[in-house]
Amino acid sequence: MAVADRINQGARKMPIWPLYLLALAYAGYQFWLGLSGVWVEPINTLERQYGEAALTMLIVSLTITPIREYLRINLIKFRRALGLIAFFFVVAHFLVWALLDVQSASRVWADIVKRPYVTVGMVGFVLLIPLAATSANRIIRKIGPILWRRIHSLVYPAVLLACLHYLWLARGFQIEPIAYLVITIGLLVLRLKPVKRRVAA
Amino acid sequence: GASALSIAGGLQASETLEPNTFEQITTYNNFYEFGTGKDDPSKNAHNLQTEPWSIEVDGLVENPLTISFDEIASEFETEERIYRFRCVEAWSMVIPWNGFELADLLDRVTPLPEAKYVQFETAVQPENMIGVKRGVLDFPYREGLRLDEARHPLTLLATGIYGEPMPNQNGAPIRIVVPWKYGFKSIKSIVRITFTEEEPFTTWVDLNSREYGFYSNVNPTVDHPRWSQSTERLIGGGLFNARQDTLMFNGYEEEVASLYEGMDLTKQF
Repeated sequence: MAVADRINQGARKMPIWPLYLLALAYAGYQFWLGLSGVWVEPINTLERQYGEAALTMLIVSLTITPIREYLRINLIKFRRALGLIAFFFVVAHFLVWALLDVQSASRVWADIVKRPYVTVGMVGFVLLIPLAATSANRIIRKIGPILWRRIHSLVYPAVLLACLHYLWLARGFQIEPIAYLVITIGLLVLRLKPVKRRVAA
Repeated sequence: GASALSIAGGLQASETLEPNTFEQITTYNNFYEFGTGKDDPSKNAHNLQTEPWSIEVDGLVENPLTISFDEIASEFETEERIYRFRCVEAWSMVIPWNGFELADLLDRVTPLPEAKYVQFETAVQPENMIGVKRGVLDFPYREGLRLDEARHPLTLLATGIYGEPMPNQNGAPIRIVVPWKYGFKSIKSIVRITFTEEEPFTTWVDLNSREYGFYSNVNPTVDHPRWSQSTERLIGGGLFNARQDTLMFNGYEEEVASLYEGMDLTKQF
């Protein structure tokens, strides 16, 4: 596994902060595109771009464990950054939806209560809050690894709800939300085996 | 008569509407034959083959006919109608159509007494339509109107926008425009008009009758199950564009409300 070793060596030397910078730059660039007038419907487009970025980053964060298990490539040091970036885009997606799209607190609430696709998206968002809140080293030390792992397994229902949220939004048969769901389920299935192995050991 | 007067009133009111730009109208479209993204039709619809083109008018009529687009273009005089266009997805535009009243074409055939509805059908060109290849919907796309709706003076057969021939992504060479109904009723690139006795098959009702009704009149008081229809966003206002209230029958209440007298619009939506 020379390739894996080389990647692992490279990853060890790589700093984490450029990931945050890239995410901020992407979010800022999308916002600037929204302002610039290149999109005919900037509110919906920006909402969608942030939402897709959030789901993509959630899924990317879920690839870290299987590629370590199956390919022996260890990128675990980036996982927290990927998760926090995903959460950042979830918040951005929510804010664009609430402030720029729906534009009123009463309508936001009405949508959360009345519209199932909004409800599941919102539940997914809420499930991710404790993960983001327990990502600092200080807090991980305080709560201990067992509780931390339990809290962070909330990412599995959250990502499935995010996929459902996307799927539910579509009119007609659309490829993209189905592709996200299939990839997510694939990644979750890949984890079943290593988890069992760990439990047995 | 009274209806002509009310149309004049409607047109007068519409003169105060500020149309969207040609670019907005031609780059933000739903035309699932060319993909489900809003910018897909403008990217993919150049493949649509529009020559030769003809429309078949058939079904419960005494004298079915096939009329070519060239005949239509030479025989029917078009006028500009600036209409509000309200998508079921809660966005809207103002579009300066060029067209003529659908009734003018329907008058060319003699419907049998039992004919109550008309069904419209969009062309299917699988090799030119990426959405058809992907099976996004059960193509051909079909829509329908009650005969009195189809004959209403507001209902157009449109052949252009801003005086230009109808762009492919907007339904070249000829499409229906029914301004008081959600946009998907205004079926594009039509090749067939069929008179029927029963309410015809329509694509969205077939796909999800809980969400899409046969009438699909713009109605701020009847929500789509997945989103509110009480407000809409007029395209073109940028990132901080405020929502505006959706009008009953998309602002054409005076002209069309009488078509639905005695109907429960929450049930027949």
